[in-house]
Amino acid sequence: MSTDTQVQAAAEIGRARVRKEDARLVTGQTNWTDNIQLPGMLHMAFARSPHAHARITRVDLSAARSMPGVVAAFSGADFAGEQGSLPCAWPVTEDTVVPDHPPMATEQVRYVGEAVACVIARNRYEAADAAAAIDVDYDPLPAVLDLRTALADDAPKVHEAGNKCYEWSLVNGDVDAAFRDAPVVIERNYRHQRMIPTPMEPRAVVCAPSGNEFTLWSATQVPHIVRTMLALETGIPEHELRVIAPDVGGGFGSKLQVIAEEALTLLAARKLHKPVKWAESRSEGNLAGHHGRDQWQRVRIAADRDGKLRGVSVDLLASMGAYLMIVTPGVPLLGAFMYGGIYKMDAYSFHCTGVFTTQVPTDAYRGAGRPEATFAIERTMDELAAELGMDPMELRQRNWITHDEFPYTTSAGLTYDSGNYEAATARALEMFGYEGLRQEQERRRANADPVQLGIGISTYTEMCGLAPSRVLGSLRYAAGGWEHATVRMLATGKVEVVTGTSPHGQGHETAWSQIVADALGVPFEDVRILHGDTMASPKGMDTYGSRSLSVGGVAVHRACDKVIEKAKVIASAMLEAPLEDIEFSGGTFQARGGSGASKTIQEIAFAAFHAHDLPYGVEPSLDADATFDPENFSFPHGTHLCATEVDTETGHVTIRSYVAVDDAGVVVNPLILEGQVHGGVAQGIGQALFEEAVYDDEGNLLTTTMADYLVPSSVDLPSFDTDYTQTPATSNPLGVKGIGEAGTIAATPAVVNGIIDALRPMGVRDITMPCTPQRVWRAIQAARGDAPAETGDASSGTGADGDTRSGITKTPPNSGSPAASGEGEVR
Amino acid sequence: MTRISVKIDGVSYTDDVEPRLLLVHYLRDVVGKTGTPIGCDTTNCGACTVHMDGMSVKSCSVLAVQADGSEITTIEGIANGEWHPLQTAFREEHALQCGYCTPGMIMAAADLLRENADPSEQEIRDGLEGNLCRCTGYQNIVRAVRRAAQSSQAVQSSPATQAGATS
Repeated sequence: MSTDTQVQAAAEIGRARVRKEDARLVTGQTNWTDNIQLPGMLHMAFARSPHAHARITRVDLSAARSMPGVVAAFSGADFAGEQGSLPCAWPVTEDTVVPDHPPMATEQVRYVGEAVACVIARNRYEAADAAAAIDVDYDPLPAVLDLRTALADDAPKVHEAGNKCYEWSLVNGDVDAAFRDAPVVIERNYRHQRMIPTPMEPRAVVCAPSGNEFTLWSATQVPHIVRTMLALETGIPEHELRVIAPDVGGGFGSKLQVIAEEALTLLAARKLHKPVKWAESRSEGNLAGHHGRDQWQRVRIAADRDGKLRGVSVDLLASMGAYLMIVTPGVPLLGAFMYGGIYKMDAYSFHCTGVFTTQVPTDAYRGAGRPEATFAIERTMDELAAELGMDPMELRQRNWITHDEFPYTTSAGLTYDSGNYEAATARALEMFGYEGLRQEQERRRANADPVQLGIGISTYTEMCGLAPSRVLGSLRYAAGGWEHATVRMLATGKVEVVTGTSPHGQGHETAWSQIVADALGVPFEDVRILHGDTMASPKGMDTYGSRSLSVGGVAVHRACDKVIEKAKVIASAMLEAPLEDIEFSGGTFQARGGSGASKTIQEIAFAAFHAHDLPYGVEPSLDADATFDPENFSFPHGTHLCATEVDTETGHVTIRSYVAVDDAGVVVNPLILEGQVHGGVAQGIGQALFEEAVYDDEGNLLTTTMADYLVPSSVDLPSFDTDYTQTPATSNPLGVKGIGEAGTIAATPAVVNGIIDALRPMGVRDITMPCTPQRVWRAIQAARGDAPAETGDASSGTGADGDTRSGITKTPPNSGSPAASGEGEVR
Repeated sequence: MTRISVKIDGVSYTDDVEPRLLLVHYLRDVVGKTGTPIGCDTTNCGACTVHMDGMSVKSCSVLAVQADGSEITTIEGIANGEWHPLQTAFREEHALQCGYCTPGMIMAAADLLRENADPSEQEIRDGLEGNLCRCTGYQNIVRAVRRAAQSSQAVQSSPATQAGATS
């Protein structure tokens, strides 16, 4: 191998490679699940509950069965013996209530959109027609829609065991002492609205039976988890079930799920001995695919007058919805350790109550728990700064962990391995022009400009790279957090890599090729990445929690190391030099102090293939498996700054500029990193300004279409100004951290802080998300006293608020839930 | 059933279809043009955008019978020997992640460039408002359209450039 190639190969990590994936995606040569057509394939459509809560009294399938093209129709009773219960892998406490969750309801429905019957017909039109002819009688029961009243003694029960799913607490340090004599205590209540993740590809499933074996294609992030869980759920043996995630059009957590429709498509295919497809419409997905967030938070911060933090105390109500899906109860726990953010303090407490309602279940949505935590701490730091009359950036600087203090064990008990908040912040401030914007803000305030300027700060970190298996075990998660990889040298010197991660837009084919090209010294183009098929890739934990690079990418790297170790043995024989003298660099093996003769890794691969001269005992193959179980989470961080212009006459918010400087450790591909930040920030802005799943008083979802649930469009977003710093992770050999969720985690508080900063002189202290023009306008009117203050529910203009007081606190931390704390009152 | 004749990506098809069959389902399920995906059922997302007689349409809001006698170009037919400048630019600018919105986005952008060969950033944002992307935040899509516009101007007479507008 030439020197040139060596230099080039060593430079793959860090290079802005355009993606391998794109060739098929920009030309329409894609393989989405709904593209699949199989001979004899039938189409499934569902009848879904129109009631939030009801007893099913009768299901009449006769009219549907007589419709043209209908092959079969089934109710829940038809699946009762085989459908099992949809799995929850994370009952967070010993006494977590895990209700029975049949994929198709049999006796009772608990949310609008729950499947009650299905038809299977020749094509999707006939299936839709026949589903509409299914006749179901219901005996309605009262809906349970408000988390804050759901735990009252007289509240209607979602499940027989009641509406409380679990309580979970974490306390470190003397929280009472931290708050008891605190000169300043800030208390705020925040609402995290229900979110619909909305990947562009709706969910779809195809199942093909072959004797007792089944192949199931699903638009999923987690083919390995689906395989194991469907086997446990249906009793179909795991080794007779192959799950394929073909091209998958985004997930954002929504496809980290084992869905009812996967089980029912599988069972229908088994009953009918024919391939069956189900492809949802967007409206069906909004109704029946899991939602995210939906929490009420009560956050208290105790500080000294100079701004030094003493403690943080959090009390959370988290909606589970009607049932527990794969990680529903665990989502708040992913935030539980992060309400201290990047700051040092003496004491920390977190308490969460999981609550059942008659709404579609919640589960992971991009960030899952960490956006909520980051919002709470970053919003409240701004409130504390205002109370102290201090610049909010200065307050953060006084409290954050400095770069020379890493590794740092936080008040929540995590050990942050590395970081440099000073560097990322300095770069962000420089790009943003912080001082100039503050001066402009002063001028506009002085001139009573109808369009006020606000500066929103979010200095975030997050825990990702899920996850050390021991930690998951200690949190009662059912599985591990390792990742698997296989690296195979083919006879011709090309490389096949099998990864257990399951990309759906992240670009693993490109990034993993870069890692392998550097590690093996082979050309980037010579590497092929196989993924998303449990036959090709039998072991894996899939893609979520910003884990793919820092766990899966590291597994790939380790497998490469093992390949090199074996290749050295063969090289030693070929070069007739002692094994300990063999050195590897840039794809070439040489003997230290030898004649200068060398062998390329491709030559070694061919030697392993023909196996004519291998040393005795050496197997004729050049490949290796590696399974990496991380020692720690990954802690990316960064500083996001958002300049908002708020029209005080209309309530309209415009993002004038947005700066994001992120630190995800060593960057494998800056193009992909930037893309992840852009998309993540866009979704964080979506929560701050536009998106909300809205139910009416009877539990009907009103935001069933993209006309009602407002995903940001190209005119709603600014261009972002991004950069990154690189502080290597010390917990993995590549020094990498996750970046998939960081933008979403950082952006929401940056935007809302900007809006509040613009309006604070007018007396506005909070606005419930999404900060629509109407809510912003109402908040301004309420602050002026021109309009009656709204209280209580999620639609209230200035809803979330709380008590700020100087001096001694009257209430000890955790003395009451947010439900009892006068949530949403405007003072 | 109604008989329709449609030229799709340069090939003529004649089929008997139900009057209610959507063009996008005709393209995908009957003709096999699965490069055009479906992202919603309310014409909001634009993932299914194709060209009908040179103009962009959301193929979920057109009946197959309305396409009778027309020429349709999908993402699978926009390249003409070599990739359309938009296809190249989307790749170079990392203007896609999952790629699900990409076919519709490229077809809508091609129509935008037909009307305005040198759009500003704001004109691109306005022009693509009817096409939703959940992955990219649009910034790199805007860059890609700018890049394609510039490269199209540089090679204005190339057949690939014309393909998006007229084929």
